[in-house]
Amino acid sequence: MDLVDKVQSGSIRGIARTISLIENNSPQKEDIIDELYPHTGNAMVWGITGPPGAGKSTLVDCLVKRERKQGRRVAVIAIDPSSPYSGGAILGDRVRMQKHSTDEGVYIRSMASRGHLGGLSVATGDAVKILDAAGYETIIIETIGVGQTEVEIIELCDIVLLVLVPGMGDEIQAMKAGVMEVGDIFVINKKDRDGADRLKTEVEYVLGIKNALTGEKPNPVLLASSKLDEGIDELVEAIHDYLKKAQATGRFEEKRRVRIEKEVHKIFSSKVHELLNIHLDIENNLGEWISSILNGETAPYKLIKSKLNRFVKENEII
Amino acid sequence: MSEYKTINEKKADWEESTLKKVLDRFPEQQEEFVTGSGHPVERLYLPSGISEEEYIEKIGFPGEYPYTRGVQPTMYRGRFWTMRQYAGFGTAEESNQRYKYLLEQGQTGLSIAFDLPTQIGYDSDDSMSEGEVGKVGVAIDSLKDMEILFEGIPLDKVSTSMTINAPAAVLLAMYIAVAEKQGVTRDKLRGTIQNDILKEYIARGTYIFPPAPSMRLINNIFEFCSKEVPKWNTISISGYHIREAGSTAVQEIAFTIADGIEYVRNAIGVGLDVDSFAGRLSFFFNAHNDLLEEVAKYRAARRIWARVMKEKFNAKKEKSMMMRFHTQTGGSTLTAQQPDNNIVRVTIQTLAAVLGGTQSLHTNSRDEALALPSQESVMIALRTQQIVANESGVTSTIDPLAGSYYIEALTDRIASEAWDYIEKIETMGGMVKAIEKGYVQKEIQDSAYRYQRDVEDGNRIVVGVNKFTVEEEPPKGLLKVDPSLRTVQVEKLARVKGERDNVAVTASLKALKKGAETEDENLMPLILDAVKKYATLGEISGILREVFGEFQESIVL
Amino acid sequence: MAKAVRILVAKPGLDGHDRGAKYIARALKDAGYEVIYTGIRQTPESIVVTAIQEDVDFVGLSLLSGAHNELFPKVVELLREKDASDIIVFGGGVIPTEDIPFLKEKGIEAVFTQGTPIKEITDFIEKRLEK
Repeated sequence: MDLVDKVQSGSIRGIARTISLIENNSPQKEDIIDELYPHTGNAMVWGITGPPGAGKSTLVDCLVKRERKQGRRVAVIAIDPSSPYSGGAILGDRVRMQKHSTDEGVYIRSMASRGHLGGLSVATGDAVKILDAAGYETIIIETIGVGQTEVEIIELCDIVLLVLVPGMGDEIQAMKAGVMEVGDIFVINKKDRDGADRLKTEVEYVLGIKNALTGEKPNPVLLASSKLDEGIDELVEAIHDYLKKAQATGRFEEKRRVRIEKEVHKIFSSKVHELLNIHLDIENNLGEWISSILNGETAPYKLIKSKLNRFVKENEII
Repeated sequence: MSEYKTINEKKADWEESTLKKVLDRFPEQQEEFVTGSGHPVERLYLPSGISEEEYIEKIGFPGEYPYTRGVQPTMYRGRFWTMRQYAGFGTAEESNQRYKYLLEQGQTGLSIAFDLPTQIGYDSDDSMSEGEVGKVGVAIDSLKDMEILFEGIPLDKVSTSMTINAPAAVLLAMYIAVAEKQGVTRDKLRGTIQNDILKEYIARGTYIFPPAPSMRLINNIFEFCSKEVPKWNTISISGYHIREAGSTAVQEIAFTIADGIEYVRNAIGVGLDVDSFAGRLSFFFNAHNDLLEEVAKYRAARRIWARVMKEKFNAKKEKSMMMRFHTQTGGSTLTAQQPDNNIVRVTIQTLAAVLGGTQSLHTNSRDEALALPSQESVMIALRTQQIVANESGVTSTIDPLAGSYYIEALTDRIASEAWDYIEKIETMGGMVKAIEKGYVQKEIQDSAYRYQRDVEDGNRIVVGVNKFTVEEEPPKGLLKVDPSLRTVQVEKLARVKGERDNVAVTASLKALKKGAETEDENLMPLILDAVKKYATLGEISGILREVFGEFQESIVL
Repeated sequence: MAKAVRILVAKPGLDGHDRGAKYIARALKDAGYEVIYTGIRQTPESIVVTAIQEDVDFVGLSLLSGAHNELFPKVVELLREKDASDIIVFGGGVIPTEDIPFLKEKGIEAVFTQGTPIKEITDFIEKRLEK
């Protein structure tokens, strides 16, 4: 297949087109992903998450610069929300990374959160595979860390950086919301601001409680300023250090196992869903079903059970 | 004996007996009337019942605190405003010709427009300069170009305004160097550099360095000029571009004054005495079509600034509290359709600026929405000012609209809403913080978006654009900049680099770099030394870029 | 769901007047498109790379400094060089009417001058998508 070759040869147009196919949930996408699949598994996937205004894009820009210095090819996927009203979106994260735009070793792609029938996390996961097969060694996913979808995206990553800034008032919120669970490394960005040290102490305290319960070693909490490009070398070192250790301890393999498990689950349920949708012709029958429930002729569980039973019998599945 | 009634009671009677009958039969054209900025306007304004005490506190007398009625005791009875047409394009030679023409036509000050590479610190031969050399102003690469630009213009006789911000220190240094070559000493130089970096981050976009080193350069200029170039206006704190970006009138003065507060606080922070520099601060505002709102805006701005300087910064000198400002008619109000209509718009805007007590004025040319203004259009624009000055009669008394129930109410309202903004920005930690958060940009964009939507939906009428339109022939005879100009400029630059003492240039740039790396050394003398050696604007800016880094805009949409 | 239409709104050249570009970006978003906005001072090279990486259907260029005759055609030219001439380029800003034929000849498919209602732009986009 043409596109598959193009992706593997690193053609930017080919890669970009293929990601669009994924985003638009094109029927071709499944074959393409399967064909590329054997060539994946080489890239390290970094997740950068945190509240809006935490300086994530600028931080990604700094990280890209460091990875390029090491000679690694880098791809960035920046995810922004779509408008719930129009479905449109303004994708502006790459503004802060534009100086890499003409560097051939860097690929940046903006994705809007909506418009993915298979789910945003599935689309992102497939985009990662495409970039992986195209030979990008470091893949960075940038996303706002709120909501279930976002957590699912974060689960695609080998390492997750949670970016917090002092003085936003939502740092404690973030901790409550359980986002603390997903971070492997914690970055206190804009360290030149008042309250950075205090925030670091607070985060360390919360992590201390968590680690006391699990018995794990404390996660690194680092101060940085992406704007002033300070503390970034230490951060990159911590990232690579973490990845190396994760590989040595088997944690890395375990993460990938869990990821595949979840992916298989997702594909399985979406396929089953799709299949039954077609066979039961839900689109046309749903109205009738609702009426029969409203009329008191049947009840929701009863109705679905009977439909499924009939489907199983008719197709002689059992 | 008839019973005594208050004005408000009489008003209620009027509404009941006279107004209602008419409204029932002839409803008004709109349910709600709004100003050019979208603020509600009442049907009728009444005497506010202001006491004499309140009058003295809020309005006062011309040339006295709080300067609501104007900064000079005689205003235009003494002298008209400075008529100053912003001009410049192509090469220094061409611009020099245009300046001489304007001076011959009775213009009383020069106003220099630089091209974008100059404004952003790139030489004409830089790859970033492609397509831009000489386009929106004159291209200046080195002192050589500046010498040509002012050839035959005695710098002790004219006052010169330069629209230059990020590299203002470099262009000011070049101006001083040219003057000295003419035998004019620094203390005789009169003029203004715009030097207002904050509004570049907010609205205009020709920034180079991040806020901290930019503020340092501004402080260096304040300090240097207070000792060396005492008649120079060291900054022109500009609301013009904020309004052009789509703000309301209230936002225009609020954000401009908040910028001013940040500059003053910064200068005081490095140890400057407020009265040593505040008298040289000047302002720059827009004039839009809603004449009465604009007049009220200027009056409110003067009142607020006086209060800020007196109460917040404890200024003692009267000059430190006076808001002197330049005005330019609103570029974004001009239409490409039926361009001659723009002459009428500019006339209304001129009246607004003059009735608002401006110190100098640029009137836009009718064809500016299409291209660079032609000589003929520039002349009409200048004549518009001259007609208002000499024929309209509005200059014969000071602040002629004062006491209008509407104007005074509007002045109070604009002042109070602007205060709210200023206080909000102060609680955010000042203007730099508010810009970094994207707050100011977002407020302006929301206003701009609302305005544009109103025009598109037909809720707001723009004559010739969404009503009263006609089929038009494309305009002819527009002024174009010769595309080969870059080649000419690049060749000139190469010659300068070949003829100058390159060892001396390198040494001066090295010294500048060392100075920039310190926290507090004043860079003006070092820059002056470098420009005198014919170091280029690009070279000097390049050195500073290395040390200071570059600003990255934060986009909020 | 129909394919999402992606549009790059870009400002080549050095002018910082982004009121128009930002208005267009926001209005196109409200019209349901995915808009990539990259800020001011973009070189033709970076605009083209961005357009390709983002796999956009359209590139909208906004320029007020008068450098359009140099910079707009350069974008079209570079897209061709990179085998991406299917990406449709349109432009706007302060563009004298007499320059429009030249720009169209150079491959800028539509030029919207100041004051163009957004509807005209979305009509252009929809019409061009049908082709």
